Amino acid sequence: MSWPTIKLEKRLPPPVWFQVLTPVIAVFISLLISAIFILILGKNPITAFYYILKGSIGTWFAFKEMLVKAAPLILTGVAVAIAFIAKYWNIGAEGQLYAGALAAAWIGMLNLPLPKPVYILLVITVGFIAGAIWSGIPGYLKAKLKVDDVVTTLLMNYIMIYTVSALLNGPWRNPVTMYPSSTPIAQNARFPIIIPRSRVHFGLIISLLAVLFMYFLVRKTKLGFEIRATGANPSAAKFLGIDTIKSIIVISIISGGIAGLAGVGEVAGVHYHLIRGLSPGYGYSGIIIAMLGRLNSIGVLLAAIYFAIIINGAQFMSITLNIPSYIATVIQGITLIVMLAMLLLFEYRIKIGRSK
Amino acid sequence: MNTGFWTLTFWVGFLAATVRMATPLIIATLGETFAERSGVLNLGIEGMMIFGALAGFLTTYFTKSLWLGVLVATLSGIAFGWLMAFLTVTLTLSQHVSGLGITIFASGLAYYTYRAAIGSPTVPPTIKAFSTLKIPLLWKIPIIGPILFDQYAITYIGILLVPLAGYLIYKTTFGLSLRAVGENPEAADAMGINVYKIRYTALLIAGGLAGLSGAFFTLAEFNMFLYDIVAGRGWVAIALVIFANWIPSKVLWGALFFGSIDAIGLRLQGTAIKVPFQVYLMLPYIFTIIVLILIARNASYPSALLKPYRRE
Repeated sequence: MSWPTIKLEKRLPPPVWFQVLTPVIAVFISLLISAIFILILGKNPITAFYYILKGSIGTWFAFKEMLVKAAPLILTGVAVAIAFIAKYWNIGAEGQLYAGALAAAWIGMLNLPLPKPVYILLVITVGFIAGAIWSGIPGYLKAKLKVDDVVTTLLMNYIMIYTVSALLNGPWRNPVTMYPSSTPIAQNARFPIIIPRSRVHFGLIISLLAVLFMYFLVRKTKLGFEIRATGANPSAAKFLGIDTIKSIIVISIISGGIAGLAGVGEVAGVHYHLIRGLSPGYGYSGIIIAMLGRLNSIGVLLAAIYFAIIINGAQFMSITLNIPSYIATVIQGITLIVMLAMLLLFEYRIKIGRSK
Repeated sequence: MNTGFWTLTFWVGFLAATVRMATPLIIATLGETFAERSGVLNLGIEGMMIFGALAGFLTTYFTKSLWLGVLVATLSGIAFGWLMAFLTVTLTLSQHVSGLGITIFASGLAYYTYRAAIGSPTVPPTIKAFSTLKIPLLWKIPIIGPILFDQYAITYIGILLVPLAGYLIYKTTFGLSLRAVGENPEAADAMGINVYKIRYTALLIAGGLAGLSGAFFTLAEFNMFLYDIVAGRGWVAIALVIFANWIPSKVLWGALFFGSIDAIGLRLQGTAIKVPFQVYLMLPYIFTIIVLILIARNASYPSALLKPYRRE
């Protein structure tokens, strides 16, 4: 039996238009592959994709709801992207999101006598710190003790989600409704709505600021240079005098903090209390968004909006066409794999051969 | 259930539960050992287990045959193992990202298929799951009998797989090639070993065992398919491989240790100690991280792990 192998030849950096085109082609191919799973159910994929678009950008109302979903996705996308640049494999944005949400709910429920802007700033700060701690622990363990970050960040997700669940079924259970959800947070701790007659809240502005922050951090600061160097080649970075241990710890803290902000937004901007199932996997989507956005700030923004469209639209499409909304997760997984394969096309010229 | 902490019944029940809870970990971790020994980290394991759980459940639900369910679950894992091999061995893509992609894809596809086949009824449909298989005579031995010889058939398979995996890795030509490929693929290639073939084989084994491990949840442990039924056990398996130092016999002890933590949670829920049950659910993950910290410095990873092999 012969084994297909590929020969890879390094090629010159491809032109910019090619770099921009790659994610677009990846999206197109992944939708084509996903269409197979809709066809299997005997449904028309074109109708399905049409309803996905209709349900997320087809009306002004749907568009605003899509923006509500985009905010946490942009934040988790940025969080994962800056971590991946440093090769800190932060698969824990989901847990960090919940850490931020837990902290925001805690501060919000204290009903502190603070004016709105101060209270909101406090909620944001504490939420950031909580996410930062939850990511800083595996970051520290990776940098100092060489503990595998993929596994620790993943396991930390489960610990945080069970912590939230334990609180909601125990001390934080709403005493009035007896539902496993916390009591509402103070009025003054709630994010303002930024588009009238919608649920679009201040968190969207925070997420756009995070994109700007990422751009400046990566391109214009010393830390940005250090994390790029650390990610590209740790030994070369050390040779340049970069403290790679410090860069990984610092970036793990910033990354987790930003993921924590996504949770703050869900509590202070959308639900106004802590609930289970606060995130339908925004943290994991962040990984795909970071990769599809090619770890680039604008790319992450666009990729997050794309997945906000898919995730929100899939709900609508599911109700109308009776196709399970989990198709959104299927699309995400396929997109990640296809995008990864497309990146190979960037770096190498590929020749397919066979070896025995 | 509300037995005292100190009675014999409690401890026999606890140890029996330990062996039961260790089963999916033993099987999945042995599979992962093959993958990593060949130089590939299989982060698709969690998704393969979730899909295996689904495939096993649906097959049994529609055919009423438990063993057909086990077979289909294993085959589904092999299919995803092949996909993982294609991405990381043939295309030489990042093992981290490919694995996560497969986990997201396979888990999404599992929930998608479940909804498409079953819908979303208020009460999830059930199957008649495996009952324990009492080994004649042996199960009557006091204490040891109920702990070791009154288990599910898949548990016996899992335990028998331990020496089998050890034999394959240490006593066969395949095992020799596997270890060579995982340590130094260039040298292995020079010796005439087909690196691609070995890594494909290892990933098919890893996938098949992940699928089988997933089936344990829906066909033995529970009798239905639930959201997040695997609950990160795949990630625990990834940690267990490091804990076991890539040695099958140590996988057994590691899995039993983690099984016991699961079992403590189950047992203590029934006692008077008042802690939310989620705290017990957290324990395996906390312990896994602690263990990873303790052994991080001494872990001897296969040298070629994470490195794609590109033939010049």
